[in-house]
Amino acid sequence: MILTTTLAVPLIGALVLALWPGCPDTFARRWAMAVSVVPLVLLVVAWARFDTGGAMFQLVEEATWVPSLGMGFRLGLDGIALAIAAMSALIFTGAIAYPVDTRGAARQYYAWMLFLETASLGVFLALDLLLFYVFFDLTLVGMYFLIGRWGHGKPQYAALKFFLYTLLGSLFLLLAILGLYLSADPLTFDMRALIRQQPLAGAGAFAGVVMAAFLLGFAIKTPLMPFHTWLPRAHVDAPAPASAILAGVLLKMGTYGLIRIPYSMMRETFAAWALPLAVLAVVSILYGALVALGQKDMKRRIAYTSVNHMGYAVLGIAAAGAMLGGSEAARSMAMAGATVEMVAHGLITGALFLIAGSFWQRGETYELADYGGLSGQTPKLAGVTTLAAFASLGLPGLAGFVAEFHIFVGTFGVYPWLAAIALLGILITAALFLRMLQSLFFGQLPERWKTMPDLSAVELSVLSVLLLLVVIIGVYPAELLDVIATSTRAMVEGN
Amino acid sequence: MPVADLLPELILLVGAAVIVILASFLPHRLHNVCAALAMAVLAGAGIAIMTRWGDPAQTTFSGTWALDVAARFAKGLILVSALVAVALSPRWMASDRRHGEYYAIVLFAVLGTFMLVSATDTMELIIGVLLSSVTGYALTAYHRQWSPSQEAAMKYFLIGALANALLALGVVLLFGLTGQTGYQALSDSLREAPDPWVVLPALVLLLIGLGFKLGAAPAHMWMPDVAQAAPAPVAALMTVITKVGAAIALARLTLLIPDAIPWRWLIAVMALVTMTWGNLAALWQTNLRRLLGWSAVSQSGYALMAIVVLGLATKALAALLVFLAGYAVANLAAFSAVTYLRGRTDLEDYRGLAHTRPWTAAVIIVALLSFLGLPPLVGFFGKLLLFETTIAGGFTWLAVAAVINTVLSLFYYLRVASRLVFSGAYRQAADLGWQAGTAMAVAGAAVLVLGLAVNGLIALASHGGLVTF
Repeated sequence: MILTTTLAVPLIGALVLALWPGCPDTFARRWAMAVSVVPLVLLVVAWARFDTGGAMFQLVEEATWVPSLGMGFRLGLDGIALAIAAMSALIFTGAIAYPVDTRGAARQYYAWMLFLETASLGVFLALDLLLFYVFFDLTLVGMYFLIGRWGHGKPQYAALKFFLYTLLGSLFLLLAILGLYLSADPLTFDMRALIRQQPLAGAGAFAGVVMAAFLLGFAIKTPLMPFHTWLPRAHVDAPAPASAILAGVLLKMGTYGLIRIPYSMMRETFAAWALPLAVLAVVSILYGALVALGQKDMKRRIAYTSVNHMGYAVLGIAAAGAMLGGSEAARSMAMAGATVEMVAHGLITGALFLIAGSFWQRGETYELADYGGLSGQTPKLAGVTTLAAFASLGLPGLAGFVAEFHIFVGTFGVYPWLAAIALLGILITAALFLRMLQSLFFGQLPERWKTMPDLSAVELSVLSVLLLLVVIIGVYPAELLDVIATSTRAMVEGN
Repeated sequence: MPVADLLPELILLVGAAVIVILASFLPHRLHNVCAALAMAVLAGAGIAIMTRWGDPAQTTFSGTWALDVAARFAKGLILVSALVAVALSPRWMASDRRHGEYYAIVLFAVLGTFMLVSATDTMELIIGVLLSSVTGYALTAYHRQWSPSQEAAMKYFLIGALANALLALGVVLLFGLTGQTGYQALSDSLREAPDPWVVLPALVLLLIGLGFKLGAAPAHMWMPDVAQAAPAPVAALMTVITKVGAAIALARLTLLIPDAIPWRWLIAVMALVTMTWGNLAALWQTNLRRLLGWSAVSQSGYALMAIVVLGLATKALAALLVFLAGYAVANLAAFSAVTYLRGRTDLEDYRGLAHTRPWTAAVIIVALLSFLGLPPLVGFFGKLLLFETTIAGGFTWLAVAAVINTVLSLFYYLRVASRLVFSGAYRQAADLGWQAGTAMAVAGAAVLVLGLAVNGLIALASHGGLVTF
């Protein structure tokens, strides 16, 4: 019941807030923080119980829901899902704890946050395709209201664009899921059965159509160039904790879905499509990095680095799925790297967006040019930002390096040329983060920031926890890699 | 004894007659009794249907009246919709001098759609269409002094008169070709001699005629007018029950057409045009009721998808029924909320509703998201089944078109949601009292509960098929 409880607790927490109109703001905040810790603790327990030498899917829970369609309430975890779900729960706790202006509607804000937590964790815990889709779509609703109501700039436009664009992706995903489902015998949405059956193996053109629909759906969510245009607007106008969740958790659904569904359930077709996907990933890596370099707005710049980083993850996945046999070591490494990249990007970019939120709370602007010389005024902010930026550009000893190292080593074994081109992305990322740090913290301190307060205790503790994990993964990745290896063994090496 | 086969219809008929007589004797302040009686009659008809739920599918009265699962399911749906509409009505109609008779006309409208659902004879089909249309005109124009209502009824009547005439012409063409009106005999003759030069025009005429009832292009124009200007409980009723009745009638009729006639493609094009037209017209509506009306048109387009693959995909009929159920519940929820707020129409009047009346706003938003097909609301499972059956039936392009239309529709559903939630400054106004409030709460909850408990709904819908003889 541990996974069901993980999903139920935030939902119940959200309902309590929704059903109690007179709830005071301070209580809403404390309640949400307390509730959001529960899934985190439960997932840590699940991590402890997870047998790294055992079967691929563990802690499975099943209940019938719509047997007439072959749909069930099926939950379970493999190493990849466990790593991402635990990271997501942590991001949620951090985002909820992070101070934000709720505009007199704290109760609603925290209710939506908790609702979004249930929906997001559900995506990673679902072992049923349709259940996966249910949670996948529900995250859109939660994020829509969070951006639209608590965003700034043009929040309603940003929220609308986000919902429209990503719904288009998820509806193609639904069609693809149906295509897969209709080819299964007996008809079922059970992911384990579908992975076993490989229902579309040898289906020819139809398998290609289904694969194209899956890739479109997940490429919009990830997002890959040229389907990324919803992302900058949504990120810039969303409140900072929602941005952190959007980048840290929601984007992972694209890459996680890629691994869980087309990669696992359509091995043959995926192998045929791996090269174009890898090329698209490399284009995203370079494009994301270059466009980020050109941004003058701090949040936009971080947003575009997401396009770049998620490109690495997709490159790793494509390399891992490039062939059905051979180069197992390299492909396992690429898959492990892609997963670590997801976790690392979640933690690092989550932290960076929260930091951007701290800047907004203090100065109501994201323009890099408006700031400067803050290293003396706000040393804690400067230190934390520097650490996060270095982690993001892939400094050895931090989580981003572990991820990218694995991805590049793995990809070199499969697509050496693509890996070589993609390396350029790291160079550009380094440049863009260094320039960002330079313009924020060095140079002349403008008069208006002479009184800028440094990070509060709450902000500092949330960021410290996130970045501590980044350091731990960077120095001692074995714990994480062991858990992931449980899945890569089954998925790449087939045992 | 075959008369017992018509028990639900007889209950409605007798009940309506009693209400007409009662209404002419009772003092006006007691006309609420008629509402209670109408609800009792509807419930009684429902019980009469339920007691024979497990009966095998068959026809009765010399093969002119179908008794099958689709008919029972649709009749149940119509009865529930009428119950909600009646529950919404007493306060709304209280000041009308002809309050009591209103309920009798509602029951006659229900009877008309019952005939549509069960008819297995073209003459009978015409009678059903006419009964349902005539009552529809009267109900739409019930506020005689209010000109928008008059206008809507007049438009409804003009389109209806034309569409009904075309329907009759189609029936006559088929009769001229085969000399038959019963579905069994028609089906046999058409299979022997499918003269496409007669059958195709006849089919097109029938499609236009039934498409009018369904709210499908090209005779769909009345739907937004009625949704906008009919008395709000009537709008709730008319946008649901005629659609359910016509969808079943059309599904049954297509079974007669031999496969040599490309009827699937005709209906597929009709579905595509209807959903796209409805969604495009709804995009920039500034009137919530009109927007709901156009949305109802687009929903007709989706419903037609199931009819396209009837017989090609095993679950096609179940998909149609589940989709109709989901549509009915969500539409009733949305119109109940509108009625509860005394039928205000302008979208601007709904600004910031979520701040002062969060539950009413929640019902509207949940209903719209169910139209959209957001899981796990009931509308999602309807659309899921539609997509599944159209793909299984080989009409994948239609499913893709429906997906694009769904994204299109999200735009205007979100326009409503953002007005309700993101804007401030709601002008507080009176509501219509607890009866309407309860109906709204029940319908709103049903959108979610039926989604979570959809297995029962699918099981009910997938038992058995459509009979034509």
